[in-house]
Amino acid sequence: MQFGLNENQEFLRDSARKFFAGECPIAEVRRLMETDTAFDAKLWAKLAEQGYTGIIFPEELGGVGLGIVELILLMEEAGRALLPGPFFSSVVMAGALVDALATKDQKKKHLAPICRGERRSTVAFLEAEGSWDLADVRLTAIDDRLQGEKLFVPDAAVADWILVVARNGVFLVDSKAPGIRVEPMHGMDLTRKLYSLQFDNTPAEKLGETTALSRPRAIATAALAAEMVGGMHRTLDITVEYAKTRKQFGKPIGIFQAVQHQCADMYLETESARSAVYYAAWALEHHAPDAAAAVSIAKLYASDASRTVSNRGIQVHGGMGFTWENDLHLYYRRAKASETMFGDATFHRERLARLTIDVEALSAQRA
Amino acid sequence: MDLNLTPEDLAFRDEFRAWLQANVPKDRAEWREKPLEESFPYLRAWQRKLHEGGWAAVSWPKEYGGRGATLMQQAMFWEEMARLEAPPMANALGLGLIGPTIIAYGTGAQKKRFIPKILSAEEIWCQGFSEPNAGSDLAALQTEARLEDGHYIVNGQKVWTSYGWVGDWCELVVRTDPTAPKHKGLTVLLVDMKSPGVAVRPLRQMTGESEFNEIFLRDVHVPAENVLGKVNDGWNVAVSTLMHERGAYGARLILIFKRNINRLIELSRVTEHNGRPASQDPVLRQKLAQCYAEVEIMRLNQLRAFSRITAAGAPGPEGSIQKLFWSELNQRLQQLAQELLGPYGQLAGGDARAIDKGIWSYGYLRSRGNTIEAGTSEVQRNIIGHFVLGLPRSY
Ligand SMILES: Cc1cc2nc3c(=O)[nH]c(=O)nc-3n(C[C@H](O)[C@H](O)[C@H](O)COP(=O)(O)OP(=O)(O)OC[C@H]3O[C@@H](n4cnc5c(N)ncnc54)[C@H](O)[C@@H]3O)c2cc1C
Repeated sequence: MQFGLNENQEFLRDSARKFFAGECPIAEVRRLMETDTAFDAKLWAKLAEQGYTGIIFPEELGGVGLGIVELILLMEEAGRALLPGPFFSSVVMAGALVDALATKDQKKKHLAPICRGERRSTVAFLEAEGSWDLADVRLTAIDDRLQGEKLFVPDAAVADWILVVARNGVFLVDSKAPGIRVEPMHGMDLTRKLYSLQFDNTPAEKLGETTALSRPRAIATAALAAEMVGGMHRTLDITVEYAKTRKQFGKPIGIFQAVQHQCADMYLETESARSAVYYAAWALEHHAPDAAAAVSIAKLYASDASRTVSNRGIQVHGGMGFTWENDLHLYYRRAKASETMFGDATFHRERLARLTIDVEALSAQRA
Repeated sequence: MDLNLTPEDLAFRDEFRAWLQANVPKDRAEWREKPLEESFPYLRAWQRKLHEGGWAAVSWPKEYGGRGATLMQQAMFWEEMARLEAPPMANALGLGLIGPTIIAYGTGAQKKRFIPKILSAEEIWCQGFSEPNAGSDLAALQTEARLEDGHYIVNGQKVWTSYGWVGDWCELVVRTDPTAPKHKGLTVLLVDMKSPGVAVRPLRQMTGESEFNEIFLRDVHVPAENVLGKVNDGWNVAVSTLMHERGAYGARLILIFKRNINRLIELSRVTEHNGRPASQDPVLRQKLAQCYAEVEIMRLNQLRAFSRITAAGAPGPEGSIQKLFWSELNQRLQQLAQELLGPYGQLAGGDARAIDKGIWSYGYLRSRGNTIEAGTSEVQRNIIGHFVLGLPRSY
């Protein structure tokens, strides 16, 4: 047993870091965030060329066939770079969902093009209530037609297909289908655009039952938490660098313990979130009995920690941290948006409570 | 990353699990209800038994009485201990910090002389570092040692020495070169606590008991062969002990933290809050879940640290996050226990109405010391700032 990365994993992480630094530096992030969709076709083609769009999918579909731990490492690097656009929504949210519940033929049709980066997809889950609880989903397909609304759908404007979670199943909708209206929602995170979707008698193809949702959702939640860890680490690096160079009272501010201790706490929170995320990834990969709990632990901790870390980072930067030109607010925004996505800390504490505190859960675990 | 157990891991675990099942004391719930002074012989006997089975320090090299097990197996050892709620071992500092330092810095003769008796709990060790005027600034310590005819003559005072009252031997940091800069004139001596001139006085701590002590040293003769490491290189030797204390000691605490959070969850089901079981109170559920998550993260941080230590060969300054994490977590956990138990939380051992014979009242008080002992939280954050993040040194 060992909890460090092996050589292949280190290689993947390092090459991803290099790739993002070269292809998606922060100037590019800023350029894309000012566009309507934060999507860039050239960058997308390069992601596909690297095999990233097929990272966890079977080779016969054009994927790379790597595991969830590898996905988590890639997401961490994407988070560090603040990668804009639909990578997470298309590959991790939608891709994992199709992979989990579609038939072989459906996968050939809908997953293989995602792997190759030729098509993009996203998942529509939230409704007006804003609840991540599956039981709160109201939208129901009638005769393979949808009528109603979905909100906070990431990257819908650049998706070819939208996977809609309805009461009676998961449905695939062509984004050009009749009766569909996609409108931007103006979120805090400028790098991951959100949309509202209106369906008016829109045709939809059923992919599978919502009971199959829990695993792909767990994978996406863990991957998002990993992306948050990457953002936290980048925030820490930027902040430590600043604390070493910014001078006040004739000294670098990093010499003051009030500043040092902020940085030390950022480090503690980042590393602790990383431990939780790595374990969640491993538990999912190996179908460990505590995988669901591990994912909730990772997301609840990362949700609180990424907010705290980005707060501390800006505080250490003083007025400079509050400016538009400083990059930290971009991470701060992403941290806030990711905090609520797939359920915030409160949501996941309740989930964990159900798994660990409620008597029935415990006796089932023991049995 | 591979958290699957290897065949060797599995064999190790199964063997220990079977041994533990057969040997764990049946009356193991009782030691906890007594003050440490009273339960100490019991914990000592338990360690002896573990040692006889070859389990006292599994990750130490075979030649020194360990099993040459990996650090991960060491962690598995603690998880098995936790599963059966086995009592801890008496010689905590000997096994956790001082033994590893002797293995790293000791001469062949020293290892032969000291290690077996650390394992068997025949000789209990204490750590004589802090002094009245040298706490966080440990290198400012003043206890002095002069070499005379093959002996160091030691004079000075130590304070807050845990296990001083049962200590047979002490890892003592002394000043051997008063003219050198403060970090360069220190030496570590292995001192027999029965030597003439050693006086141990109990210090009563805020829990009411006397876990730690003052040690007065007057013309204590320590043979020169009891220098650990090199003369005037004591700072590095002492830091090695501290790194073990910060980076790895938490592994043996996971056992206690897991037991405590599981017990709190049990209690939450039978404790009324706002007219329903506390386990159904939305606020307490949140807090219990948070605490459960953090105990798990403490375990995972420790496992990751073990992988790092295995790769690096020795614990480094990043181990300070382990110490920070567990000490602050325990304070949150004990506070949660108080919230859960309401007015009953304060009741001490002797009170007939006390919950769990008063361990929560004691635990709350004892946890206050966690962020002070083994280096304060402020000092841990300084270490992270200076040595992990590379920020300019503030002192
Ligand atoms: C239960 C318990 C058991 C112990 N067991 C042992 C033992 O077995 N052996 C042993 O040698 N010692 C032991 N100690 C002592 C312990 O290591 C010291 O108490 C600790 O290192 C702090 O030193 P001090 O008490 O002198 O406090 P001080 O160093 O005086 O610190 C007082 C306050 O000032 C802060 N402070 C000091 N310097 C700085 C700085 N540079 N930057 C920021 N803040 C600073 C501290 O964080 C603290 O809040 C034990 C202590 C306790 C509570």
